[in-house]
Amino acid sequence: MSNDTLVRLGGVEKTFRRGSEEIHVLHELSLEIPNGEFLALMGPSGSGKSTLLNLIAGLDKPTRGTIEIGGERIDQMAGRALAGWRARHVGLVFQFYNLLPVLSAEKNVELPLLLTSLSNAERKRHVANALEIVGLSHRAKHTPRTLSGGEQQRVGIARAIVSDSTLVLADEPTGDLDRKTGDGILDLLQALNREHGKTIVMVTHDAHAAKRSNRVLYLLDGQLSTELAA
Amino acid sequence: MLNWISQVVALTGFNLRTIPQRMGSAFASMVGIAGVVAVFVAVLSIGHGISRTMRQTGSADVALVLRAGADSEMTSILVRDDVKLIGEAPGVARADGVALVSPELFVVINLPKRSTGTDANVPFRGVEKPVLGVRSNVKIVDGRMFEWGKNEVIVGRGALIEFTGLERGKTIKIGQNEWTIAGVFESNGGLEESEIWTDAAVLQPAYHRGSSYQAALVRLASAGSYDEFKDALTTDPRLNVKVQRMTEYYAEQSRTLHLLITVLGTLVAGLMGLGALFGALNTMYTAVAGRAREIATLKALGFRSSPVVISIITESLLLATIGGTVGALLAWAAFDGYRAATLNWQSFSQVTFAFDVNTRLLVEGIVCSLLIGVIGGLFPAIRAARLPVSVALREG
Ligand SMILES: Nc1ncnc2c1ncn2[C@@H]1O[C@H](COP(=O)(O)OP(=O)(O)O)[C@@H](O)[C@H]1O
Ligand SMILES: [Mg+2]
Repeated sequence: MSNDTLVRLGGVEKTFRRGSEEIHVLHELSLEIPNGEFLALMGPSGSGKSTLLNLIAGLDKPTRGTIEIGGERIDQMAGRALAGWRARHVGLVFQFYNLLPVLSAEKNVELPLLLTSLSNAERKRHVANALEIVGLSHRAKHTPRTLSGGEQQRVGIARAIVSDSTLVLADEPTGDLDRKTGDGILDLLQALNREHGKTIVMVTHDAHAAKRSNRVLYLLDGQLSTELAA
Repeated sequence: MLNWISQVVALTGFNLRTIPQRMGSAFASMVGIAGVVAVFVAVLSIGHGISRTMRQTGSADVALVLRAGADSEMTSILVRDDVKLIGEAPGVARADGVALVSPELFVVINLPKRSTGTDANVPFRGVEKPVLGVRSNVKIVDGRMFEWGKNEVIVGRGALIEFTGLERGKTIKIGQNEWTIAGVFESNGGLEESEIWTDAAVLQPAYHRGSSYQAALVRLASAGSYDEFKDALTTDPRLNVKVQRMTEYYAEQSRTLHLLITVLGTLVAGLMGLGALFGALNTMYTAVAGRAREIATLKALGFRSSPVVISIITESLLLATIGGTVGALLAWAAFDGYRAATLNWQSFSQVTFAFDVNTRLLVEGIVCSLLIGVIGGLFPAIRAARLPVSVALREG
C-alpha cells in the first residue's frame, strides 16, 4: 500500500498571520493519496482548499507537519530545490488559466520544458503531443486572447502535462466556465486519469464536478472528512 | 548554469514582448532618461569647451610677465623700461634680431550683444608688432591687419559672432574716438577670438595710459628655456615682476569657471537624473505589478527567482540604454561646436567658446543612463522576487 501512495501529509498545520490575528486554516490534517487516484476536494469558500493544494504543490510551506510526495519530503526542501522539484513532478491547472498573454498556445505549453535539458526538436514533439491530448492541435499558433475560456483551460492543462509529471493539481478548473464547457474539461481530466495514469487532485465547490472523481473529501474546520457534516 | 542563463534569456524575451502593451510608460521613461543624458552632456560640454578655449590660447613656450602681486592682466602694470629689460633676458626667442616680446595693454569696452541687444564687456587689446610672432596662431581670415599708427582694429571671430556692428568696414565709436574695422581674425578657437585688437601706441593715448602696458607675452627660444628666463627676470633687482607659463596662467584663469559650470551642471543633471530614476522605477514597478500574476505563474511552474530579477533589470537597462544613447546623440548633434559666450570671471568680459561634446562625455552620459537603468530595475525586481507565489496567485 505505502509503495502505492504518491502523496502523504501527516499532522499538517497551516496558520496565516494577518497583523496580530492568527488564522488557523489547517489543523492536524493527514491525507494519503494513492498513485492513480482522481481526488476531489470540496468545502465552503475560505475553508482552506487552495491552501491545502498549494502545500501539496510546494508553493507554500506548512506551519507544522510533514508532506511527502513520491518519497520526497518537500516540506524540508529549500526554495530553489523546490522550484526544480515542481518543474519535474507537478502540473498545475488554475481557475483563471494563467496563460502568458503574449505567447501563442504552443509557446505557453512549452514553458515548463524551458526548464529541462530537452532539445528544441524534443520540446516541439512534447508540445505537439500535449496539445493533441487536449484536442487543441489546430489552435497551436493562437494567442490566449483569441481562444475561448474552455480552449484556454485546455492550453493550461496541456502545460500541466507537457513535462510528463504524474501529479496534476487543479484549483477549481471549471470555476470560470459554463456547465457545458466545464463538462468538456472534466472529460479531459478524467481521460488523463484513466488513460494517461495521472494522479489528479481537483479542488471544486461543484458537486456535479466532484462526481467525476474516484473519491471526494470535504474540508471543514481545518480537517478532512469523507462526509459533508450535516 | 546553462539552464539558468536560458531561463534569463527566456524571461527577458517574455518581458520585452509585453512592452508594446505598456508602450506609454516605457516610452515616457526612455524620454526622461534621454533628457537627463542630453542635459548632462550639454552642460558638461560647456566646461570642456571653455577648457579647450583656454588650452588653445596657451602655449608651453610662451611666458606671461606681470607685475609682481598682480593676479591677472587686469591688475598688472608694466612700463616701457620693463619691456626693454624683459627683451634682453636670456631664453627669449628672436626673429630678425628682434626679441619676440609682445607688450600689451587691455581695456574693456561696451558693445551691444546680438542675442539680447544689451551691452556687454569686450576686451580691447593694444598690441605691438611682435604680437604676431608670439601669439602665432592668430590669423587674419577676412580683410587685412590694421595699419600701425591708425585708428583701425581687427576683431576676433567670436566677438564678431557675439556682438553687433563688428563687420569689416564698419566703424565703432568709443568715447571721442572712432575705429575702423580692417579685418577679422581667428586663433584656433583661442581666447583671442573674443577680443578686438589695435595698435598699442594708438590705444595708450586714447585711454590716457601714457607709455604703460599691463603685461608682456614672451616667446621663448624653447619650452626648456623657461626656468632660465624666469630666474633671470625674478632675480633682476631692476624688475619687480612675476613670470608664468601662459598655459598655467590660462588654466588658472579658467579654473573657477570650469569648476562652477561642472558643479552646477552636475547638480542640474543630478536633480533631473533623480527625476528620471523615479520615472524608471515607476515604469518598472508598474510593469511588475501589472505582471504579478504572470511572474507568479512562471515561478509556480518552476522558474527561479534570480532569473526573474535579472530579466527585469535587463529590461530596465535596455530601456535606459536606448534613452541614454538617444539623449547623448541628440546633445552631440545639437551642441557640439555650438558657439556661445560667457563671462570671464577674471576680466569680467565676454569669452566666446564652442561647446565641446567629446567621446568621453558621451560615454559618461551613457554610463549615467545605465546606472539609472540598473537602480530603476533592481527594486521592482526584488519586489517581484520576494512576493510569495501563493499570495500573488490569490491576488493577481
Ligand atoms: N497568504 C495568506 N495570508 C493570510 N491569509 C490567507 C492567506 N492565504 C489564505 N488565507 C486565508 O486562509 C483561509 C483559506 O483560504 P483558501 O485556502 O484560499 O480557501 P478556499 O480555497 O477554500 O476558498 C481564508 O480565510 C484566507 O483568507
Ligand atoms: Mg480557493
